[in-house]
Parts: sequence; structure tokens; C-alpha cells
Amino acid sequence: MSAVITDWETAPEPRVCTLEDYRGAEARWCPGCGDHAVLNAVQRLARDKQLPPEKTVVVSGIGCSSRFPHYMATYGFHGLHGRAFPVACGVRSRRPDLNIFVVTGDGDCCAIGTAHWIHAIRYNMKLAILLLDNNIYGLTKSQTSPTTRLGERSSTHPQGSFVAPLNPLSVTLGIANVSFVAQTVDWNPPHLYATIRAAHEHDGAAFVRVLQRCPHFTSHVFQEPQRDFGRLLLADHPDGIPIDPAVRSLFPNRIHHDPRDLPSARELAARDDVYPIGLLYRNRDALRYDQATSRGLGKTPAEKLAAVEETLERFTI
Amino acid sequence: MPLDQLEGAAKSQGQAARLVSQHIVEIVSDSGEGAQTCGQIFADLCARNGNGIWTVEIIPAEIEPPSRSRAGASGNRIRIGSARVTNAGDAADVVVALNEQVLYSRIDAGALHAGTRVFVDESWASDPDEAVRARYAEAVADFRQRGYAVIEVPIESECRRFTDEPRKGKNMWVLGLLCALYDLDEARVRPGIAARFRKKGEAVVQKNLDLFAAGYRWALDHVEDRFHVPSAPASEPMVVMNGNQALALGIMAAGIEVCSMYPITPATSASHFLAANFERAGGFVHQAEDEIAAIGFAIGCSYAGKTAVTITSGPGFALKTEFIGFAVMAEIPLVIVVVQRGGPSTGLPTKIEQGDLLAALYASPGDSPKIVLAPATIEECFHFLITARKLAEEFRGPVIVLSDANLATGQQPFPKPTLSEAWLAPPVDPSDWNPEVPPFDWDPRTGLSRRPVPGQRGGQYVVTGLAHDDQGHVAYESAVNQRAMNMRSRKLATLRAALKPPAVHGADRGDLLVVGWGSTLGAIEEAVDSLRARGLAVSSLHLRFLSPLEPGLAEIFSRFRKVLTVEVNYADEPGQPFIDPGSRRYSQLAQLLRSHTLVDVDCWGTVPGSPLPPGRIEEHLLSVLGETKKES
Repeated sequence: MSAVITDWETAPEPRVCTLEDYRGAEARWCPGCGDHAVLNAVQRLARDKQLPPEKTVVVSGIGCSSRFPHYMATYGFHGLHGRAFPVACGVRSRRPDLNIFVVTGDGDCCAIGTAHWIHAIRYNMKLAILLLDNNIYGLTKSQTSPTTRLGERSSTHPQGSFVAPLNPLSVTLGIANVSFVAQTVDWNPPHLYATIRAAHEHDGAAFVRVLQRCPHFTSHVFQEPQRDFGRLLLADHPDGIPIDPAVRSLFPNRIHHDPRDLPSARELAARDDVYPIGLLYRNRDALRYDQATSRGLGKTPAEKLAAVEETLERFTI
Repeated sequence: MPLDQLEGAAKSQGQAARLVSQHIVEIVSDSGEGAQTCGQIFADLCARNGNGIWTVEIIPAEIEPPSRSRAGASGNRIRIGSARVTNAGDAADVVVALNEQVLYSRIDAGALHAGTRVFVDESWASDPDEAVRARYAEAVADFRQRGYAVIEVPIESECRRFTDEPRKGKNMWVLGLLCALYDLDEARVRPGIAARFRKKGEAVVQKNLDLFAAGYRWALDHVEDRFHVPSAPASEPMVVMNGNQALALGIMAAGIEVCSMYPITPATSASHFLAANFERAGGFVHQAEDEIAAIGFAIGCSYAGKTAVTITSGPGFALKTEFIGFAVMAEIPLVIVVVQRGGPSTGLPTKIEQGDLLAALYASPGDSPKIVLAPATIEECFHFLITARKLAEEFRGPVIVLSDANLATGQQPFPKPTLSEAWLAPPVDPSDWNPEVPPFDWDPRTGLSRRPVPGQRGGQYVVTGLAHDDQGHVAYESAVNQRAMNMRSRKLATLRAALKPPAVHGADRGDLLVVGWGSTLGAIEEAVDSLRARGLAVSSLHLRFLSPLEPGLAEIFSRFRKVLTVEVNYADEPGQPFIDPGSRRYSQLAQLLRSHTLVDVDCWGTVPGSPLPPGRIEEHLLSVLGETKKES
């Protein structure tokens, strides 16, 4: 990790972790829920990268997707509704050695936690952020979420929602110091895996929106692009999400898009005729707040005491 | 020390000043004229001279309210004593006012009495604006009518001899006047002033020294009554600071790594201090996007094995309560400092109240037992942070430290702490965790348990705010929930068993026991001492632990005919419409003690927005004693 020191280094022992080493409690999401696909992808990634389970932390808020940490055998933090970001930033602030995943949903991130989402992007601490967006509140039984489409019916808006949905990609791309924005879908496991992997490898806050189905309440929402890959627009670039040529060939619609090009990324994000997927934007040079918050790590007790003594001395009469 | 013994010391300095054992002086001005700086320097000089001091900042709610307005007074009160001073006292003996209008705010606050010496800038008498001249003349006549000893001082015209901007120089001139008035050695003061302005260049240093010297000289030439408060040099090294600085230094001395905060008055100055000094001690200040994020960040930090504190005041505390409940449920150590101000809602942002007591104990969803401490002195602001950090880790949960606006800005000398490595948070053990040991391995007797920290192999678990078993697994079964609630609550009983009963100030039995907490300690004890000197059977007791409460209270209370809390907190006054013993809302400490001890604890709760003067407490206690005697 660049320019970040740690006071937490343990000697690595040779061992090989298998998928079993990342599997926690049995997932209790509904059959057909997109969350299962994301869980599988993260477990595979952890195995492939041999992330030590004890050095991996999954932080979530509240909602269906936020049950995620319970189903991993790593450290987990299943916190408060909307507050995964500040907790994850706090974990990161003094622990550059940990692998941190933030799992959040469209209610958790885009409604009750909006302020934290914006600022977490701006802080750009190293976090792999997965927004599991199924356009609905599932756990509380079908209420309109900020990404629910106009006119879509729910328990809170039985005649259809009144307000235009928020576009999480456009919002994120509008935040100062944004450094990584990608979109993928739960029904294409290779692309999902490759996107989460790129997010994990990014040195900064990597924001991934996963379009996914709620089999109970929004099974119809992404039916079209699921049946017809032509409704997806693959952002294609040598610097983009690396995917297998066979997977790539599944997408008839591709656009050459340089992930360093922010205005184009914003245009792409705002398209409503197709669903853009792939890496929309990446800036490897964005400022990292965790490089500031980890200052002073590794000070010895003697150094600390000397500094306190020196400060106290100024008040001595 | 009695005055006659002190006289020798004064004579040896060859000064003609009148000896006094203590004095209260205020300096007030429009905001931005430096009265606060002047007061702080003067207090610091007195403390360095070996005097006891206590200061109160006089702060308007705005940065720069309209000038010459009653509500805009800014400044400082300094109580100087020949011995330790524990509170701000009653009426001022001396007030220096840079204009006559700001003085009215102090009159309205009851800070003056007949006989107070009022030094007022007479330059307003020759102001080009006729209305200003008229208001000045009218006010000075009124001051004399009220019995103040008015001394008109040509502050602005004197300052004009040294500066074209007297608004920015008056405070140093007044500092000179005060130093002469209180018989401080000019030569000893000058180096401090020079050091303070050194960064601004030689010309600025010289100008300020000239202003100081001119004020000093003017006082020697024109003021007949000058005072000498004998000082007793301390036998040990002393420090002088305000409560927020003491909190911040306590945080550093406790080895806390992160202070996560959001700006709020009157707590923020502690974070300012940390921001300037923390990094050298290995710490970092995170200014979060809001109060909720501030505590969430601190909890994340602590969860990851790094000690953290979050600092706030009432409104911010209200926003943090969901996370505090989470820290109770997930058993995450955390120190939460609440520098209380007046409420409810935005209330009185710069003023003192003790109204967050019950919120600190109860304001989270469900039953969320937590430790609550309250320092009563500036010195305790420092030491309680070290205690709080240790308790948070030992008892694996949040610890709330309740300070208030009176402690926050009040300055008082105390013995310089001898730092210890044992105070520092130990580095977290990164060795393997025995996977056989559950992450909530509650000792069935004490409720205590050790916690695994990310990085510890074999300790992987999930913290959750949901009901959970000792494995941290979500569990809704009744028996599991009952047990976990029991274990979290047991920790408070365990801590209480390790506490000693509080000491009674005065005799351990009598007619009246006054119970207080927080910054009212000095004023209560001064009032009690005064009544005891008159032969009345009054004692007091001051609580430092509010949750759990210190043991033995019911037994102590039983030895007094009446128990009364004195709080800067609202209480219904008996005798008001609809207020009877059934409907009366007691002040918060009284509510707590009544339910805890089943003793019929009475209260005197008042919300003046300013520290309780000992004289007012004494007056009230006398009336209470009168009632008590009638009952017998």
C-alpha cells in the first residue's frame, strides 16, 4: 500500500485458504435473490486473492443486503441503517493492513445514508463499496426506494411512485475526488466477479453498483436486460474491467470508453435507453484521506509521552 | 491563611496596595476588542504569581454582534484568591467596561452590587455622535445611582497616543491598568506579553508593551485604591488551563488515537486544541460530515482495536444516541465526551446547564446500560479521561464523560500531572485468538468478556446491533435475549461493587445534606462551609459516577433530616399553579436519586445560564433550613 505505514504486521504463515474458509452462516436470503451472486463472487475473490480471513472486514448497514457479513467467515460489522460508510472509514483510518468491503443497499446508501455516501466518496479511503441495488426496500416489505422507477408500485405508493428516481452512478460521478465508479449485474457472474475484483484492487474508494433482482418485489424490473443483453452497453477499454473474450462476446452493444474521461463517464451514466456496465471512471491519482488519518501510527509509548509532556509543559506555571 | 499573617509578605514587596484575601474582577467589551484575551492573560499572570484563580468567559452567541449593545458583551470574569479558588463567586469587586452599554448586560446578569468599582471608558463622553454622548452621560449617572463606584478612564484617548487603531489596542492598555490595580510586578509581566506577540514582529511587540506600560502608569498615577491579593507559591509544579484543554490533554495522556468530532459549541475548543497538538502524540482528529458519522467513525476505529473518543454537546449527543445504543449492544469500547450547554433544543449554546444527565443515562432505544462519569473540577477533566478510556476497555462498552460549559472555559491551576506509561492505551494483542472462546465469552458473575479484534486469527466474528448469543450470532430466542441483557447490565453492578461510597463534605450527619454533581462542586462547598461556620448542621456530597451510582447513598442520606440536590437544571417550583407534590417535576439528579434510594430527596433546580454563585446557594439553603426547622 502506497505511502501508508502500519503498526500491525504479523508474520505470515504459509497456508492455503479454500472457499470454505470464507463461508460463514448459511445465507438466509430468498431463493433467486441477487445477493447470493454477490456473496459467491466476494468469497471467490477472497479465495483467489488468498485474503487472510482475519485480515478481512465486511461492513454493512441495515437491509437485506446488509446481512452479508453474517454469511462470511471473516470479521464483520453489521451496523446501523445508513451508517456503514462512517464505520468503514473509521476501521480504515488506523488499519491500512485490512481488506475492507462495504456492502450497502439502495435504501441504506441512497436514502438514510446519503450524506455518508457522498462524503465517503470524497474521502476516498481504500474501500471496496458494493451497492446492491434492487430498486426496493425488501426487508421491510416493498417500500419505494430512491432508485425505484417513476410510477412503480410499492406498499408505500400503491398507485405508483411520485418522484423520479435518483441515479447512483450520476450522483457518485458528481462528487469531488471520486476515484472509481463501475456498474455490473447479478445475472452475469463473470462480469460481476471481474468488477468486484477491480474494485478490491483499486487504491481508493471503489464504488460498484450491482443491478439486481428482488424475486419477491421487483422481479420484473431488470427482466428486459436479463433476457436481452442488447439492452446492456458494455464500456470497453484496455484499462477497463478485464473480462474473458468469450464473456465479452455476449454483449452485442459495446462502447469504447476511456475510464479516465470523466465527462464521457457522466454522459454514459446518464443514459436511460441502455444500462451501461463496466468501468465508467477511474482516477488513480485522487487524494487518499486514509493517508492523512494514519499519520502517527507506530509511535512508541516513549514518543507519545514525550509529546504529551511537551504540550503539558506549556501550561506549567 | 488569615490576612494578618499575609501582611508581612505584602509589606516586603513595599507596595501601598490594600490587602484582600480574594477579589473578583471582570473585563467586558464589544466582541472583537480583545477583552477575553486580556482576561485570559491577566488570569494566567495571577496564576503564575501563585494566586488561586477561577475564570468564566463571558461570550455572546454571535461572532461580532452590533457594537455598544447590551446583549453583545464579551469578556472574562476572574476570581483571584490567596488560596485555591473553586468557583466564580458572587458579585464582582471590579469591572472594567470598554463601553457603558455592555456593562448593562452584566448588571442584568446580577454580576454587580452596590460598591462594585466600575472603570468605564469616558472617551464616549466626547464622541462626535450626540446620541452616544447622551447615552453615556445617562448611563454613568444611572451607575452612580445604583451605588457603583464609577471611575471614568480615558482609555481610548490614552491609547491613541500609541496606535491609530485603539479598538485593537485597548485591551493591552487595560491589562496594564489591571496589573497595576492588583499590584503585579510590571517587570515580571512584560516578557510574557513580548512572547505572545513575537510572531507578529518587533513593531507590534513594542506597541503592545507601550500600551501595557501606559495603562500601568496611568493606574499608578490616578487610581487611589489598589489591591494586593497575597499569593502562596505552590509546593509542587502547577499547570493552569481550562476544562476543554484539560479534556484534550487527558485524551492525549490516555493514549487515545482518534478524536472524531463535528463542530458544536461549547465542546469544539477541545478538538481545536487536539488538532494543533495531537499528531505529535500519534493521534488524529477526524472532522466528520455530521454528528452521527463522527461517532460511527469512532466506533469503527475502536472496533478495529484503536482507541477513539468523540466529543459533542447536547444537540449532537441527541443525534449520537442510536450509535451509543449500538456500542452497548455490540460491546464496543468508546469514550463519549459531552460538554453540556443549555437546552432543550438549540437552547443556550454558550451557557451552562446540567440537563443532559438523564439523556446520558437513558437516551438510547431499549435498555442500554452504560457508564457515566462527571468531572467536578478542571483537574478532573484531565484525569477522568484516563479513567474513562480504561473503563471503556475493561467493561467493553461506551463511557460517557459529562462536562459542562462552566468547566469548558473556566481556568484553574492544579498540580501538574505526572504522566505514566500505564495511562496509555496498550497496543492490542495481535496474537491468535483461541477459536474455542466465543467472542462474547461473558463471565456469568461479572458480565465481562474479552473481545477479538480484526487481525486476530481465529477470532473472526460479526458484531451486530441485533439480539445475539455469545457467538455474536443473531438470536431472537427469549432465553438468549434475557441472558445477553442480563450480562450487559451486570457489568454496571460489577463496576459499582468496586467503587467506594462518596465522601461527605462536613459532618456525616446533620439537618441538611446537599447533593451535587459536575461543575457546581466549588460553589456548593463554599456555601456549605459558610453555613457551617455559622453553626448550621449542613453538609454536602458530590457525585462523580452517575451510572452506576456510587454505593452507600441511601445509608448516607438516612443520617440527614433532609436531602436536597442543587443543580443547574430545571425543576418546578412548589407553590406555582398546578404544582403540588404529585405533579412537581423534579430536577434530573433528584429524579435519579429518588428512584435509586427511595429517599424523599428535594431539589433546588434553576437555569440561569450562568454558574451558580455560592451566595445564592447559601441564601437558598438558609431558606430550606428555616423550613426544616419549622417542620420539627
